[in-house]
Amino acid sequence: MFELLGITPQGLYSQLLVGLINGSFYAILSLGLAVIFGMLNIINFSHGAQYMMGAFIAWLGLTQLPVWTGSADAAMSYWVALIVAPLVVGLFGILIERTMLCRLYKLDHLYGLLLTFGLALIIEGLFRDWYGISGQRYEIPESLQGAINVGFMFLPKYRAWVIVASLSVCFATWYVIERTKLGSYLRAATENPKLVQAFGVNVPLMITLTYGFGVALAAFAGVLGAPIFTVSPKMGADLIIVVFAVVVIGGMGSILGSIVTGLGLGLIEGLTKVFYPEASAVVIFVIMAIVLMVRPAGLFGRER
Amino acid sequence: MKRNIVSAAVVAALIGSYAGVSTAASAPKVSDGVVKIGVLTDLSGTYSDLAGNGSVIAARMAVEDFQKQAKSPFKIEIVSADHQNKGDLASNKAREWFERDGVDMITDLVTTSTALAVMPVAKEKNRITMVSGAASTLITGKNCTDTNVHYTYDTYALAVGTGKAVVKQGGDTWFFLTADYAFGHSLEKDTGDVVIANGGKVLGSVRHPFPGTDFSSFLLKAQASGAKVIGLANAGTDTTNSIKQAAEFGITPKQTLAGLLMFITDVNTLGLKTAQGMYLTEGFYWDLNDETRAWSKRFFERHKKMPTMVHAGIYSSTMHYLQAVLAAGTDDTKVVMAKMKSTPVNDFFAKNARIRDDGRLVHDFYLLQVKKPEESKYPWDYYHVRQTIPANDAVVPIAKSECPLVKK
Repeated sequence: MFELLGITPQGLYSQLLVGLINGSFYAILSLGLAVIFGMLNIINFSHGAQYMMGAFIAWLGLTQLPVWTGSADAAMSYWVALIVAPLVVGLFGILIERTMLCRLYKLDHLYGLLLTFGLALIIEGLFRDWYGISGQRYEIPESLQGAINVGFMFLPKYRAWVIVASLSVCFATWYVIERTKLGSYLRAATENPKLVQAFGVNVPLMITLTYGFGVALAAFAGVLGAPIFTVSPKMGADLIIVVFAVVVIGGMGSILGSIVTGLGLGLIEGLTKVFYPEASAVVIFVIMAIVLMVRPAGLFGRER
Repeated sequence: MKRNIVSAAVVAALIGSYAGVSTAASAPKVSDGVVKIGVLTDLSGTYSDLAGNGSVIAARMAVEDFQKQAKSPFKIEIVSADHQNKGDLASNKAREWFERDGVDMITDLVTTSTALAVMPVAKEKNRITMVSGAASTLITGKNCTDTNVHYTYDTYALAVGTGKAVVKQGGDTWFFLTADYAFGHSLEKDTGDVVIANGGKVLGSVRHPFPGTDFSSFLLKAQASGAKVIGLANAGTDTTNSIKQAAEFGITPKQTLAGLLMFITDVNTLGLKTAQGMYLTEGFYWDLNDETRAWSKRFFERHKKMPTMVHAGIYSSTMHYLQAVLAAGTDDTKVVMAKMKSTPVNDFFAKNARIRDDGRLVHDFYLLQVKKPEESKYPWDYYHVRQTIPANDAVVPIAKSECPLVKK
């Protein structure tokens, strides 16, 4: 059967694995978007720029911090960056939310989209001005270099780590939101903020922290992506359009939906690259168009 | 044409009525009184480092140097715009520039699809294009126009340089990773022809969307083919990402990567550790001789990076154009084109180079090999110059040309 399709079993499995890796990126990024949209009703177009900032902070920490402080020991390792970058970008996100986004909650979705889109352009423009477009090298950390021979291909250890890390974070996020008390407060606050506030829960604080968390997820994905993709100001823009399509297909606001759809679409994209590579950039949008016609709320979404 | 005659007549009348004894009697009669040059390039995307802002700086340097040495009697202005690698944006901008802003010459046009889109517009409006950034041989082949000059490099030169060198090194089976647009197809075809002509075999190819980000699936296909050489028929960040990811997946060093179009800015991004040993073909290297070093250091002061061949080509072509306008006494397209084709180019970029009927500047190329990290003695000291490819070997032979302007 495989010979008929023009590919060996090894070829197919390796492409599916690569699709799974890309799918993990889509999953974690669309999770951040879904969390922000589900809780805040804001379409966060600056998600890609925040992903890029996470990668840049990891790179700056590793290569520039020693230069600024004059001491080689100040270099921020990859593992530290995995924690520091999301924190820093998350704080930046909270700052944006407190100063600008909170004024838009009562308005149409469009205003949030325009504001965050404008922010994305500014952030990307600044980084492009400071660092140029060709991008910077970020080496894979020593402990994750090399590849594992899984029989049908050599799987780089780092890419295996990416799958593990993003799926763990996605699952942890889903668990917190769907299965814990804190999560239930969040979900209640989205449905009826006034009532929840009347119960004594600090709703504005929850909203701010939620935005910060969603942004931190993007930055975490950025650090994961830094060794794979060149750290460049346009790395977010390249990825975010696809991620938005993923979120639309999964259904805006559905946590599980965005994770499952992200992985699934990564696999479909991987398969397309095997059989008709020229279409691999387009296939996700074709699916989005079809899903929108058949189920406008998305595969897992609820009608709002 | 008519517009130029009318405005030239008006200017002549004005000058004539001004003074009897006029040293401006020999001044070139330029349309609208100013020679306007438009730099249409990629200012923010995949190719913005190899062209982009550096191209604008190179053009400005040419204008400033020309004004100093020739005490130019006419005004010169530079405008620039970002075509974002999109053909439709480029042709719209070109139209706007020609119709509304009186631009006389458009240069750079990096990304083949933009060059192919703008050349017919220039022909229609009877203005000049001097392509420095784009690579496809279609530009001087099927799509050639008589108002176009293809100055710096094309896919044939790259194929003859890098392709031949790698095959001679023992790389006789090839698989191509190709950017899915005109340039990628052109480079794949020209290199494939050279590989086969030198006794090698092409096992297959895979086309990736342009621009791309993740090449792992395509690289795995290349790996599965078992070819000794994986030819990267792409450029800019596509090439650097492919090379990085190939190393990650253990594809190199078992299989060799041939970066069919690489610039010094790409080697700078990759670092010598990753890029060492790779062969590439360029039409210019900043460290070639004292003349190139002198110019490149001046460029470096303004751009903070060493020039690529695109930048050097833009300086040289803009200078050639301005000298032609001065010598011809007008900026009329047909006259200037004839002057540019009949005058040889003799500067730091090219020696005794001529522009052919199809618009191609025939000049030497250099086969370069990236140095090992320990061989590099100073910043940007990246290449060994392995071979000079003589000008006539580096261009499509006239007999094989598909350009209707060429008399065979």
